[in-house]
Amino acid sequence: MTQVDINTFLGSYPFRDIGEWEASDVVRAIARVGTDEAWVSHLAATFWRDPTAGNATLYEAHDRHAQLRSVPAVHPGLPGWEAVLDEAVARQVPAVRCDPTRYGLMPAGHEMQQLVAACGERDVPLMMAVRLEDIRQRHPNDAAAELPPWAVRQLIRNHPSARLLVTHADREFVEQVHFGSTPDEARRILWDICWIWGPPEDHLELLLQTIGIERFAFGTGLPLRLPEASSAKLDLLNLDADKREMLTAGNVRAFNSR
Amino acid sequence: MLIDVHAHFYQPAGGRADWAERNASRLRAGEQIEITRHVASILGTWGRRSPTYFPSPTDVVAGNDALLGLIAEHPERISGYACVNPNYTGHALAEIARCLDAGMIGVKLAASRRANDPLLDPICHAARDRGVPVLHHVWQHRRHEWGGQEASDAAELAQLARRHPAVPFVLAHIGGGGDWLHSLHAIRGVDNIFVDLSGSGVDHGMLEACLATVGAARLLWGCDITICTGWAKLRYLERLLSLDDIERVRWRNAMSIFPPGSFAT
Repeated sequence: MTQVDINTFLGSYPFRDIGEWEASDVVRAIARVGTDEAWVSHLAATFWRDPTAGNATLYEAHDRHAQLRSVPAVHPGLPGWEAVLDEAVARQVPAVRCDPTRYGLMPAGHEMQQLVAACGERDVPLMMAVRLEDIRQRHPNDAAAELPPWAVRQLIRNHPSARLLVTHADREFVEQVHFGSTPDEARRILWDICWIWGPPEDHLELLLQTIGIERFAFGTGLPLRLPEASSAKLDLLNLDADKREMLTAGNVRAFNSR
Repeated sequence: MLIDVHAHFYQPAGGRADWAERNASRLRAGEQIEITRHVASILGTWGRRSPTYFPSPTDVVAGNDALLGLIAEHPERISGYACVNPNYTGHALAEIARCLDAGMIGVKLAASRRANDPLLDPICHAARDRGVPVLHHVWQHRRHEWGGQEASDAAELAQLARRHPAVPFVLAHIGGGGDWLHSLHAIRGVDNIFVDLSGSGVDHGMLEACLATVGAARLLWGCDITICTGWAKLRYLERLLSLDDIERVRWRNAMSIFPPGSFAT
């Protein structure tokens, strides 16, 4: 059974010492939990003035390790961002990413609307993280706001072909977006499971029932988070093989083969 | 064996309509990952009739009674901490005596009073006299006040632990949010504080820092309200530790701080 982790990073982190994660480190860590393919963003670049400066590293990582698929950053407030997006599309990336609150952008402002529309026109999904760390433990200088649910609702309405991959969302966030969207809008959003609680609260089990298993994909937040957490969550669901495969690979393949 | 030193159950007098489902889910998941014993507490009525972290004496009794009922129902799977509010000293001491006499094996202090406050001393004397540990709710590096609780951090718990060297203290949920590195630094030399690994946090580097700071001999496995993250940390530790050390974390350390015979099956 194939397992795709759509939520991993290379690089370092400014607010906590996790070391410098290189491609080979990610390859080893995903193998530990049985992941065959990882979608990789550049963690350090999230904090750089030009977050797209990490993209070259991602492309190199893919060249050396085919199982690492690049999720390059696009900053729609920087001149030339369309060229960055076009290069990503030409390289057949599975998604591009933008974390507007970390870039100092309004989360559903004009720049983001333009980016979502451009991604929709090019038929490439846009990935956004709700958060990288628990709000309770963030460094005093890590002051960027979390991505709010209303921004996701507004952005998905911005273009009829837009597709969003939202990571690090909890139950309440997912519900507010899903049930605040039309069925067509909701079908164009895929959620990773890394921040959704398992038993005894059973948020993930509930969401699979209320929102639908098709809307979720395996993601871990590696290397800020132990990937074992998402694996444990899957195991605790006790799904049959077909349903488990939907979460580990099938849903994301279907989402990206539209 | 696998002992979860930080579990909670819900009760019908609490504010959650799904209390029975959540309790059943904890036991079911516990069976799946082979938790031998859930050492649990119930914090009053969980906010329904008085605040979760400032439970009224009436609610303290209601919560402890509900837990005693669960223990009676599952005597080989559930053990209990007597939850008390130290602002009501006489009531707290009587409740500790009542609950320990009824078979509970520890004392739970949440966030009704700061850990270094002298009001906690009589509670700790009672714990010492009865030979039970104190599980203390901790906010990992409290940089300001948080609503709904008078939260303590590890530095404050360390002050209490130094005043009561004969009492084992459990620093709650190192993965429960906040700056775990601050907590580890604060308790490094305080040997009667054990670190419970529970909490939803699964930060890369946290477990290595725990091992480097206090060692496997002072780590206790637990879940709090997310069994998935507890299991994840256990899986990761199983790769890091020797068989001896993983057994310490899974159950041997817990056996050493609870009264003899607490986990006899």
